[in-house]
Amino acid sequence: MVSYMIKRFLFLIPLWLGISFVVFIFLQMAPSDPAEILLRKEGIDPTPEALVAKQKELGLHESPLLQYGRWLVRVIRFDLGTSYRTGEAVTKELSDRLPATLELTLISFMLIVLFALAAGLMTSLKSHGVLDRIGLILTIAGTSIPSFWLGLLLIYLFSVKWGWFPVMGRGNLFHLVLPALTLSFGITLVQARLLRTSLQEILNQNFITVAMAKGVSRSRILLIHALPNALLPFLTTLGMTLGRLLAGAVIVETLFSWPGIGRLAVEAILQRDYPVIQGYILFTAFLFLLINLCVDIGYRLLDPRIESGSM
Amino acid sequence: MKLFGSIIVLILVVIALFAPLMAPHPPLHMDLDRRLEGPNQTYLLGTDHLGRCLLSRLMEGTRYSLGIALLTQAIALLIGITIGMIAGYRGGGLDFLLMRLVDLTLAFPSLVLSLAIIGFLGPGIQNAMLAFALVHWAYYARLIRGMILEIKGRKFIEAARSIGVRPFRMLLRHYFPNLYSPLLVIASLDTGRVIFALSGLSFLGLGSQPPTPDWGIMLNEGRLFLNTAPHLMLFPGMAIFLTVMGFNLLGESLIEPRTSMSTFYNRRTFS
Repeated sequence: MVSYMIKRFLFLIPLWLGISFVVFIFLQMAPSDPAEILLRKEGIDPTPEALVAKQKELGLHESPLLQYGRWLVRVIRFDLGTSYRTGEAVTKELSDRLPATLELTLISFMLIVLFALAAGLMTSLKSHGVLDRIGLILTIAGTSIPSFWLGLLLIYLFSVKWGWFPVMGRGNLFHLVLPALTLSFGITLVQARLLRTSLQEILNQNFITVAMAKGVSRSRILLIHALPNALLPFLTTLGMTLGRLLAGAVIVETLFSWPGIGRLAVEAILQRDYPVIQGYILFTAFLFLLINLCVDIGYRLLDPRIESGSM
Repeated sequence: MKLFGSIIVLILVVIALFAPLMAPHPPLHMDLDRRLEGPNQTYLLGTDHLGRCLLSRLMEGTRYSLGIALLTQAIALLIGITIGMIAGYRGGGLDFLLMRLVDLTLAFPSLVLSLAIIGFLGPGIQNAMLAFALVHWAYYARLIRGMILEIKGRKFIEAARSIGVRPFRMLLRHYFPNLYSPLLVIASLDTGRVIFALSGLSFLGLGSQPPTPDWGIMLNEGRLFLNTAPHLMLFPGMAIFLTVMGFNLLGESLIEPRTSMSTFYNRRTFS
C-alpha cells in the first residue's frame, strides 16, 4: 500500500510538468508582449529600444527552453511572479482568495452528500414505476439547467422578491446558501441517481432476498445490508465531484460576486493579467491532481480487493 | 420522451434556419423610447435596456448558438477522429504518445483548461470555440481509438487487408462507416454540453462580445436589471435550458435503453 502511494504520488509529477509545459507554451503564444504590458504599467513609452531593454531584463531574449527551465525553478520555489494589476505577489493573491473558494466548495460538497444520500435512499425502493420515470425526466431536466441561470432565478426569487438572503458578497452563513445551492444542484441530482442505480442492483442480489426471508425490516435491509455495498462507487464519484465543484466555482463566484480564486481568474483574464492566470491554472491543476490522488488512495483503503499493482 | 427531444430540436432547427424571416423585428434595432418593457403586443417578449426586441434577439440567438455549437463540435470531432483513428490503427509508440497526451488533457477539469487557453489568447468567441475544441478532442480521440481497436479484430477488416486495401482507404471506407451511429449519439448528447460551455463563457464575458445576440451575453446583461425587468434573464435562460434539454433527451433516446443510464452518468459535465 505504501509503495502504491509513493508510486501514485510520483505519477503526479509528469502530469503536473505536462500541464506546466502547456501553460508555458500558451504564455509564449499569447498575442501581447509582457515587456510591453509592464512598460505601459510603469508609464514608460514602449519605444523599440525600451522594449528590447525590458525584454533583456525579463530574460525574454533567451531560448524558450532555457526560459522554461528558469520559469519552472521559480514556480517550484512558489514564486509565481507579481500581478500586473495590483503589483502583489501572485501567491499572495491566490492565498487571499483561497479560503472563500474552499468554504464554498466544501459547503456545496456537504449539501451534495446529504441530499444525494437522502434522495438516493428514498427513491431506491421504487423501481420502474411512474415515479421512476418522473425521476429520470427530472434528472435530465435538472442537469440541463445552466448554473448561471439557476443562480439568477434563485437570486430573483429569494433575494429580490422575498428578501430572504443577501444578493451577493461573502459574510455570514446566509451569504453562502444561494451560491452553494447553485453550485451543488446539478451534481446532487446525478449523484442521487447514481446511488439509486447501484442500490437497486444490490437489492436484487441473493443476500438481500435471504435477509428478507429472515424477516429483517426494510429499513434495516436498506441501511445495514445494502447501503455499505453501494457506498463505494458513490464515494468514488463523490471524490471526482470535488474537482468539478472547483471548476464550477468559476461561474458561481462571478455570478454571486464571491471573492474566490475562480472570480480572480475571470478578472485576470478580462484584464490580461498573465501571471495571475498562469498562477491560477498551475494551482488549480495541482489541487485537482491532489484531490484525485486522495480519492484513489482512499478508494483502495476502503476496498482492499482492488489490486495495488494496477494503476 | 423520445418524441419530446426530437420535437424541441426540430423546432430549434426551424427557428435557426428561418430566424431572419420569422423574427418580428431586426435583432439589433433599438427602439430607445421603449426600453425595458415587459411582454406586450408589439414586443411579444418585451425589450431590453436598449429597446431591442427580446424575441427577435432570442431567435437570432438560436441561429447563432446552434451554429457555433455545431462548428465547435465539428472541429473537436475532426481532431478527435483523426487522432483516435491514427492511434488505434497504427498502435505502437505513436499510439502510446498520443494517448498520454489524451490522458494529460482529460486529467483536468475542462473548464480550467479552457480558461487557460482563453486566458492567454484573449477573450472572444473564436478563442472560446478553439478552447473548447482543444480540450474536447481528447475525449473523442479516446473513444474512437477504443472503437477502432474493437473493429480491428473483425473478419471484414481481415478480408480487406488480405486483398491489399491501403491504410487511408481502409480507414475511410472500412473503419469509418462503423463509427457512424455511435458518433451520432455522442454528437447529439454533446451538443447540449457545447451550448452550456459556450454560453457559460459568454456569460463570464470571455466568449462572444456584445452586441451579438448570444444567449449567454443576454443573460449577463439581463442580470443588471434583475429588479426592474426580470424577463430579461428569464427568457434567455429558458432558451438555453430548453435547447440543452432537447439535445439531452434526443441523445438519451438514441442510445439503447439498457445502456442509457450508465452512458449518461459517466459523462463529465462541464459546468
